[in-house]
Amino acid sequence: MIFFLTLIFSCQLAGELLTVGLGLPVPGPVAGMALLFAGLLIHGGVPDGLARVADGLLRHLALLFVPAGVGVMLHAGLLGRDWLPVSIALVASTVLTLAATAAVMAWLAPPPRADEAAPPEARG
Amino acid sequence: MRGVADIWTYLSASPLIHLTLTLAAYQIGTHLYRRGRGTPLLNPVLVAVALIVGMLTMTGTAYRTYFDGAQFVHFLLGPATVALAVPLYRHFETVRRSAGAILVSLVTGSLTASASAVGIAWVLGATPQSLLSLAPKSATAPVAMGITEQLGGLPSLTAVLVITTGILGAMIGPPLLSLLRIRDARARGLAIGTTSHGIGTARAIQESEVAGAFSGLAMGLNALATAILLPLLWHLLFAA
Repeated sequence: MIFFLTLIFSCQLAGELLTVGLGLPVPGPVAGMALLFAGLLIHGGVPDGLARVADGLLRHLALLFVPAGVGVMLHAGLLGRDWLPVSIALVASTVLTLAATAAVMAWLAPPPRADEAAPPEARG
Repeated sequence: MRGVADIWTYLSASPLIHLTLTLAAYQIGTHLYRRGRGTPLLNPVLVAVALIVGMLTMTGTAYRTYFDGAQFVHFLLGPATVALAVPLYRHFETVRRSAGAILVSLVTGSLTASASAVGIAWVLGATPQSLLSLAPKSATAPVAMGITEQLGGLPSLTAVLVITTGILGAMIGPPLLSLLRIRDARARGLAIGTTSHGIGTARAIQESEVAGAFSGLAMGLNALATAILLPLLWHLLFAA
């Protein structure tokens, strides 16, 4: 487990170095994800230990956003007088972006295979 | 024997109390979410954040003090982002089959996110400072803050808008997409990740691993698309 945790940290570290060194417009961890992905392609599979560590980290991904969320709510005052137009814009834009992206994807993507179809909770 | 005040003074100086508070608030959040049968209004992140903000306000605790404990949770965000490579690899064949569709939908989503947010806020009379800070709100926080800085907005305001967009997308996404009869896990994941980056991805993973893989991919690609397209368009449209 420590080996695969070290591997994940190393990918992040390499990603940080790469983005800062080359001035890439993505965050270090996203570059690290690309590096680990490339490693998996070369290796040709996901080792069991890595699967356990990765699934463990991702199972509670939502929890990891809580500290940043707290910081943000304490700074909500930055919106000032603009809070109403900006709030309406955020909600409307979220709805439009979700609908536009999903509609184009559902229209253009090749027909789904069994495992790509609906998650149980999405069935009408 | 020490008084309660002494014990409080000792505890409040230790990171443990705020680390425990973070985990406990999230536990309460997930518990309420299950009890409410997955009502989007009881989004676990939203509930946890509200509980913690309430506690910090009541005890007069500064965010810096809270973060001394919460940083251990926050730190894992980086490694967890790297770990998204695993579901992406598992479903790479699916991703490759729809690569063209992914790129077109992603650029559509990225442009819709910025244009609709800025357009609507502008019509409603928001200040130029707010408009600048609003434009990259669907990109993941570090990228969005970098873009805002480059355009001349307020990065800390962008952080507020990015996280709010994340929570909104995680709440609205699944019921809205079901209402629109979009059942394809690839389309659901891609839309949620493009709109609401990591917080959306955390929600998409709960739907299915395919949705999670597409959402994680969309988060990474939209960071790239927003960083490249937005400054380019901004200068073309407004700085001529």
